[in-house]
Amino acid sequence: MTTAFASETISAALLRSDRFRIEREADWQRLEAIVTAAEKGRLRRISDEDLLALPQLYRTVASSLSIARAISLDAATLRYLEALVQRAWFVVYGPRSSLIEWLRGFLGGGWSRSVRGLGQDLLTSLLVMIAGALVGWLLVAHDPEWYRALVPGGMGDTRVPGASPAVLRETIFGHSGQDGLGAFAAFLFSNNARVSLLAFSLGFAFGIPTLLLLVQNTAIVGAMLWLYHGAGLTVDFAAWLSVHGTTELFAIFLSGAAGLHIGRSMAFPGTRSVLTAAAEAGRRSAQVMAGVVLMLIVAALLEGFARQLVDNTLGRLAIGGFMLAFWLAYFFAFGRAGDRVADRGAGEARTWQ
Amino acid sequence: MAVTVAVPTRLAHAGRERTLITPEGVALPLTVAARGSRIGALIFDLVLLFTILFLGSIGLMLLAGGVAGLIGRFGTGREAPVALQFLIVVWIIFSFLLRYAYFLFFELGPRGATLGKRRAGIRIAARDGGRLTAEMVIARNLLRDIELFMPVVLISSIGAGSSPAWLAGTAWFALFMLLPCFNRDGLRAGDMIAGTWVVEAPRRKLEATMPVSAAVGGAFQFTDAELAVYGEYELQTLERILREDREAAMVSVQAAIGAKIGRPVDGWNPRPFLEAYYTQLRTRLETGMRMGKRKADKHSGGSS
Repeated sequence: MTTAFASETISAALLRSDRFRIEREADWQRLEAIVTAAEKGRLRRISDEDLLALPQLYRTVASSLSIARAISLDAATLRYLEALVQRAWFVVYGPRSSLIEWLRGFLGGGWSRSVRGLGQDLLTSLLVMIAGALVGWLLVAHDPEWYRALVPGGMGDTRVPGASPAVLRETIFGHSGQDGLGAFAAFLFSNNARVSLLAFSLGFAFGIPTLLLLVQNTAIVGAMLWLYHGAGLTVDFAAWLSVHGTTELFAIFLSGAAGLHIGRSMAFPGTRSVLTAAAEAGRRSAQVMAGVVLMLIVAALLEGFARQLVDNTLGRLAIGGFMLAFWLAYFFAFGRAGDRVADRGAGEARTWQ
Repeated sequence: MAVTVAVPTRLAHAGRERTLITPEGVALPLTVAARGSRIGALIFDLVLLFTILFLGSIGLMLLAGGVAGLIGRFGTGREAPVALQFLIVVWIIFSFLLRYAYFLFFELGPRGATLGKRRAGIRIAARDGGRLTAEMVIARNLLRDIELFMPVVLISSIGAGSSPAWLAGTAWFALFMLLPCFNRDGLRAGDMIAGTWVVEAPRRKLEATMPVSAAVGGAFQFTDAELAVYGEYELQTLERILREDREAAMVSVQAAIGAKIGRPVDGWNPRPFLEAYYTQLRTRLETGMRMGKRKADKHSGGSS
């Protein structure tokens, strides 16, 4: 009886907007406690009850905010509610997957799906790379001096025009006993990773630097192919290159396609704004690029170990061919059933937007 | 979906306020992070990374020295290249992971911010109001590599002696560093590609309701005319002064209000006076709000 009387007097003395606040304060505090725990990464410590209540509480507090905006002039309360709704929104709409969960979805179809999503840019990238190799070959065939301009070589490099077939043969066979392969592979990886990240990131200058980078890199391959062709070692060279090259060139091909994808969506955004188009293409390409980094690790391992250990043409061709078949199957045959589900999901999401 | 709305009160960070419409249709006020705090956060992160890299390198070097000593004492001398090679591989992988994984790990976490960003009170968010996804975080961090580190690679590959390389490197660096200054939302290239932006992440405590003392119906009863001179901006300034509770400020505000409404205030305690004025002004303005009449500040008319 006394308490009821006391609370009545208090509520009589208060402003209407303060009464509104006191009635709802408990919900706000509860949401704040949950959000604080979630921000500290202590999701396990939140009780199931609280976790289930989170979306409902978030909506309740969001509606408290819009009511408070309409009826209250208490600046401190308004700022508190704004900050709280914002933090709750970040928790409810934050990154849902941990790195591990994301990785599982990524390897189990997400990656191949985004590669297929690049569409016509895959074709462009492939054509540009073939054209680059042809240009390299033709330039060097026309004037061998081009070789020095195209292929960056150290002083002691014996792979130069005019080298005898025996010398060239030596460069691709007989290194099985070599030391320093591990460090070499790690170096190659971080170097190749940089080239592909560059091909991708330069895409947003409308893709033109990406094209140049692709041509420049495959022209080297073309020029070297010409050199070994002259010594009658075409197949041996192709085998030597294919051990890691089918993976590495595939990775560069994908990063080129990813860069062109961004460039093309920015140059021709269609009905979307340029920024929206860039963001859509950027997200798909980023998936592809995360995979490219994985491919480059595989390529560096193949280059550092498999190529030196397998010292004959047939074995190398088998490894290279297998890797190529593996990537093609993984990207273009794997997880096709998932495409329809994903498309439907996107369609449904659009309905509610 | 971010739109700028007309806000009734004057704001401290004018020009950086945005309203995001969440998927439930709640208008969520956001403040785009100041460029200064972003640079501060970046510098903090980089200094931290370099310190860790430096300490890690020293640790590995000490380890290498120890291993070399052991080999010198017990080994045949053939183990040295293998052991050192292994350490070099560890170092290359360590520095690679440090550069990429640091940003990814922290920005994918529940706070959406690296340690530097946390210190600066900012975080990343999806620009469309939807979910922040792993792809977005990866995309914005891949781009960081060319924005920041590309000039260094360029200069070191052409040669530090070449002035065109330095010119190109500096121009590149300047272009990407200045990019956030040329758009409203302070987006850098990575934000544009990923569809993210960097916003302030305020954390506030729920403060007590404004004290409503017995003075409401007591000694200070202000007339309608006396309350009509001020608007919401003045009310919220008064609220701040009462919360800060500094005697000197309250005395001068009391004097200013007294002069404005034409009431002698000499000898009266400033706090009860101001509390009474605050409560009555707020009651009046909030009643006006419910009737759809708002008064932004003392310069505006009865409604706005």
